[in-house]
Amino acid sequence: MSARVLVVAEHDGARLNPSTARCVSCARTLSGAEIAVAVCAASPGAVAAQAARLEGVQRVLALEHPANAHALAAVLAPQIVALAGPFTHLLGPSTTYGKDLMARIAGLLGAPQVSDIMGVESATRFRRPIYAGNAILTVEAAEGVKVVGTVRMASFEAAASRGDAAPIESVAVSAPPPTHTRFVSVSAAGSDRPDLQTASRVISGGRALGSAEGFKILYSLADKLGAAVGASRAAVDAGYAPNEMQVGQTGKIIAPELYVAVGISGAIQHLTGIKDARTIVAINKDGEAPIFEVADFGLVGDLFEIIPQIEKLVG
Amino acid sequence: MKRILVGIKRVVDYNVRIRVKPDGSGVVTDGVKMSINPFDEIALEEALRIRERGAAGEVVVATVGPADCQQQLRSALAMGADRALHVEAGGVIEPLTAARALLKLVEREQPLLVILGKQAIDDDNGQTGQVLAALWNRPQATYASKLELTGDSARVTREVDAGLETLEVDLPAVITTDLRLNEPRYVKLPDIMKAKKKPLETLTLAALGVEVRQQLKLVRFEPPPQRQKGIRVKDAAELVAALKQKGLL
Ligand SMILES: Cc1cc2nc3c(=O)[nH]c(=O)nc-3n(C[C@H](O)[C@H](O)[C@H](O)COP(=O)(O)OP(=O)(O)OC[C@H]3O[C@@H](n4cnc5c(N)ncnc54)[C@H](O)[C@@H]3O)c2cc1C
Ligand SMILES: Nc1ncnc2c1ncn2[C@@H]1O[C@H](COP(=O)(O)O)[C@@H](O)[C@H]1O
Repeated sequence: MSARVLVVAEHDGARLNPSTARCVSCARTLSGAEIAVAVCAASPGAVAAQAARLEGVQRVLALEHPANAHALAAVLAPQIVALAGPFTHLLGPSTTYGKDLMARIAGLLGAPQVSDIMGVESATRFRRPIYAGNAILTVEAAEGVKVVGTVRMASFEAAASRGDAAPIESVAVSAPPPTHTRFVSVSAAGSDRPDLQTASRVISGGRALGSAEGFKILYSLADKLGAAVGASRAAVDAGYAPNEMQVGQTGKIIAPELYVAVGISGAIQHLTGIKDARTIVAINKDGEAPIFEVADFGLVGDLFEIIPQIEKLVG
Repeated sequence: MKRILVGIKRVVDYNVRIRVKPDGSGVVTDGVKMSINPFDEIALEEALRIRERGAAGEVVVATVGPADCQQQLRSALAMGADRALHVEAGGVIEPLTAARALLKLVEREQPLLVILGKQAIDDDNGQTGQVLAALWNRPQATYASKLELTGDSARVTREVDAGLETLEVDLPAVITTDLRLNEPRYVKLPDIMKAKKKPLETLTLAALGVEVRQQLKLVRFEPPPQRQKGIRVKDAAELVAALKQKGLL
């Protein structure tokens, strides 16, 4: 039996998040998969049209409802479950949105969930990291059991867009969505810098930056390089950088071409987030810091001297 | 009585560098330090603070797992939980099984809130809270970094990819914790002694009417691929030159 995959789209109401194109790529590695994308929104038109152009997508299911204006798992999960019948796999991204939602879907279905899929060996066999990426586990679901999965973003390239579009079908939301969960607000710092999760260059700072003020030398260099800025947990906990900048096991897992760790010791939980970076640069005054074990280029020294020097050299 | 149920899991301590067994059947856990999952300590701390503010009367900790887990339940009692429930179970406990067992405890204890960790740092599944909320048909607020109780509802700030999101959820609800929700207290020696006298009840999955169903077979464990050892550069100029040469700048 060939796979029939439902990818649950992530979006902000206007634009499809690139995470969805990565889920589609993952779905395409299931041989002969038929792929549909579900878009839940208050007005899904624009997002559905973007999903319809992703390479490999055969149809888009648009679920329009005012309650879908905000991505609340308790509101969305029953709508996806109502569509789940014919599908063998339901995939969403391993982003906070997808992790929150997909597990609720799995719970409603009583289905197993494979979290953070990093490789597909067959329609029933998947590889995923455990222990903060210090071990890779291959799991196998029984034949004929629906599998819910979240897709590890750093493991799949985004599916390309194509010229023609797959058909978009409107699906009515039958049951009234629950009202026990209400959206209040979202505060995003919102910067002009590239998005941490998709940037090809990332510069991250650790506790050594010493203050939010200290981070400015990283922003300045990042802006010269067109890089995104990340942070270690210690830097976020200390209030030097906002939470959405955290990289690691409990922050963002990223795979840039270039990752520069500045004043970061290299705890395993941090390294989990950068394992797939193409090139890692470490700048640390302690030559014994564990970050040097994974760095392609290591420079021992004081960051407050080195970063301005680099900025001058590239500027 | 207003009660908070906290789910805790015994895991390999986060400071341990785990090793995969040479035959690929698992990771080495013999003689390895075990602890309460760090997110669950945060869950317990939050529950204790709510009780200490007078917004709840009792904090109950629960775990589903083998007999060894009682050590972590005792640690939780030493931290300040009032009672512990041990649902004895062997083998692989998948999130769905853990959530089904927790649901039975929820039905029994009728808590105002259930607080779990956002993920267990061994399996890194990050599912149990959401699965429980689904089975219970109640709200979920995952990745909490701030929790305020306001009568019949809770206002929860969540750490999401975009920044901080605030939700309002009717109670009872399931909350899962992120790292910045609080800093768990240290346990003092007298508390460890006191904890020995606190009630710890042992139940079985069978008695709760939950069957263990393993839906995902664990086929193989492998160490992750190692990165090639890199080089040291002597100064900023050499670094920039090397990156330019690789086409990275
Ligand atoms: C469950 C759990 C989850 C976690 N998740 C994450 C996560 O997602 N991401 C994460 O990052 N961490 C995470 N952590 C925390 C992690 O264990 C480390 O505590 C954290 O990464 C340390 O941050 P740091 O490297 O900035 O700080 P430190 O370890 O304090 O390192 C600072 C470094 O800066 C160097 N330094 C100091 N001054 C200078 C200078 N002037 N110039 C150059 N170098 C200097 C020092 O030599 C040192 O190596 C988690 C921990 C737990 C328990
Ligand atoms: N066996 C268990 N017993 C009690 N609580 C658990 C168990 N497994 C998971 N949990 C709770 O669910 C959270 C998420 O676990 P997981 O879904 O396995 O990542 C943990 O932080 C615990 O709070």
